[in-house]
Amino acid sequence: MLELSGLALHFGALKVLDGVELTVPQGAVVGVIGPNGAGKTTLFNVIAGVLSPSAGSIRFEGRDVGAMPVWDRCRLGIARTYQIPKPFTNMTVFENVLAAGLHGGALSMREASARAEDVLALVELDHRSSLRAGDLSLLDLKRLELAKALGSGPRLLLLDEIAGGLTDAECDTLLDIISTVRERGTTIVWIEHVIRALRRIAGTIAVLYNGTFIATGAPDEVLVDRRVKDVYLGAGQ
Amino acid sequence: MNPAVLIGRALLVAGAVFLLAAPFGLSPRGLQLVTEFLTMLVLALMWNLLAGYADIVTVGQHAFVGIGAYAFFGFLVLAGFDPWLSVLLAGLVALVFSLPVMAIIFRLRAGYLAVGSWVVAETLMLAAGKLSAFGGGSGVSMPVAAVKRFGAATADRYVNVYWLAFALAALALLSTWYLMRSRIGVGLTAMRDSEEGAGAIGVNLRRARILCFLWAAPFLGIAGAIITMQKLRVAPPASFSIIDWTVYVIFIVVIGGIGSFEGPIIGTLVFFVLRELLADTGVWHLIVLGAVSIGIVLIEPKGIWGLLRRFVPGDLIPVGHSPGKRQGRA
Ligand SMILES: Nc1ncnc2c1ncn2[C@@H]1O[C@H](COP(=O)(O)OP(=O)(O)OP(=O)(O)O)[C@@H](O)[C@H]1O
Ligand SMILES: [Mg+2]
Repeated sequence: MLELSGLALHFGALKVLDGVELTVPQGAVVGVIGPNGAGKTTLFNVIAGVLSPSAGSIRFEGRDVGAMPVWDRCRLGIARTYQIPKPFTNMTVFENVLAAGLHGGALSMREASARAEDVLALVELDHRSSLRAGDLSLLDLKRLELAKALGSGPRLLLLDEIAGGLTDAECDTLLDIISTVRERGTTIVWIEHVIRALRRIAGTIAVLYNGTFIATGAPDEVLVDRRVKDVYLGAGQ
Repeated sequence: MNPAVLIGRALLVAGAVFLLAAPFGLSPRGLQLVTEFLTMLVLALMWNLLAGYADIVTVGQHAFVGIGAYAFFGFLVLAGFDPWLSVLLAGLVALVFSLPVMAIIFRLRAGYLAVGSWVVAETLMLAAGKLSAFGGGSGVSMPVAAVKRFGAATADRYVNVYWLAFALAALALLSTWYLMRSRIGVGLTAMRDSEEGAGAIGVNLRRARILCFLWAAPFLGIAGAIITMQKLRVAPPASFSIIDWTVYVIFIVVIGGIGSFEGPIIGTLVFFVLRELLADTGVWHLIVLGAVSIGIVLIEPKGIWGLLRRFVPGDLIPVGHSPGKRQGRA
């Protein structure tokens, strides 16, 4: 479904990504962990098309999408949430999601409305549909981020730290939502520091460190790996 | 419906009734003023579409007004075309010119785009000054015979030109409203709020920008034709006036409220009220206008409409969408 090979990206002299290799099979949930500044968000920006890599290739469902603008990749089925939410502040919650269906999902007004209602019900934001997005709390903004991404009907969903700052109960709800999304056939790559959450849903965990994946595999194996403990769990505590 | 929204809409309807009745009651001077109001409203709506939604902050809008003015003069006076056809062709020529201009300035972003659009506009003005058939650098008045084709009697002509301006403004308002309600408009509104966010949910930012630029050009060109019918002459500095067709328009949109439908309407009203009040003060007019817009923006970046919107819970001109009612109104 998604194949990254030899991806590199630098900001001036700073090498943020350096030889990223990753294969995400159809239907998988891949968790991405790594210390702050490892390049996780940058990797999403490259996959989604916000940044162009200085080397390497990005294949999505067999197609090289490396030169495609971000909106075309969204049309193809790649959607992402932003770590720092980017709501359309002066539109209503409903219109935020509607826009995703109309554009990323290429739906008609009627279909996109129906989709937006479904998605808002799924993320439990339907009672806030007519609120200005700028008036939402941070928790609701994160839900809206997810709803916007789902609004385009993605085949690949990139989640950037949407569980950060949630209580245990909220996190459980979120996991239920993400499970539902996966059951509907969406492939997921999820950047998260809340390892407890990843453990419950991710079949694979990949550890990014200094711009490259230093370990990729089943959670139980990866999380006990010496190097991973050193660079990540050590640094995190 | 909320009382504030109701009052706002009632005012809009009253304004429309006034405009429909204007030719039957107003003096020629009054009618000219309202014609000017409608033309400025069109310019403001278009600049708002470009700068407020599509992030094309152009300061070269006067180029298309000037092109429209010259094209109109050329078709009507030099080629002897039908007057109404000449008006339409002015819009078409502006549209044709917008293609190469777009190719140049769309390579630039933000401040560079602003400067680029200004340079292109000044260049076009200088080029217009080289056209000897149009009086070169000092311009030329319209021959009486050509003027009379819009109405033999002066009063009739004023009424005819007024209806032209009315039709253009109505078309600009209705079609832009329709655009903003469509799926493209939802994408443009998303762009207004977060460009990167809009791209991420699949809004084709490039196509949206191109559409807005092409959308604005014919309206600006036809406005140029109407302006020419009011001034009864073309001349590079007047037809391509950066102060009149760009700077004032920016003030109008900024004062009224950028990125909304109501903003340009309110701004145009405020602009004309201020202008009539300060008519005798010469350059102070411009200074006061500048000070007012800076003052308003410091209080509320979204202008007067942004301020009012704190008390008015809905759009007066509904462009939103709500759940349930599938094609529903906000
Ligand atoms: N636009 C940019 N220009 C320059 N440097 C950048 C830019 N964006 C990110 N960086 C740098 O790249 C590095 C990786 O940033 P990135 O946001 O990808 O990290 P991250 O793994 O997502 O971290 P976190 O866990 O804190 O979200 C950081 O050192 C950051 O300062
Ligand atoms: Mg990050």
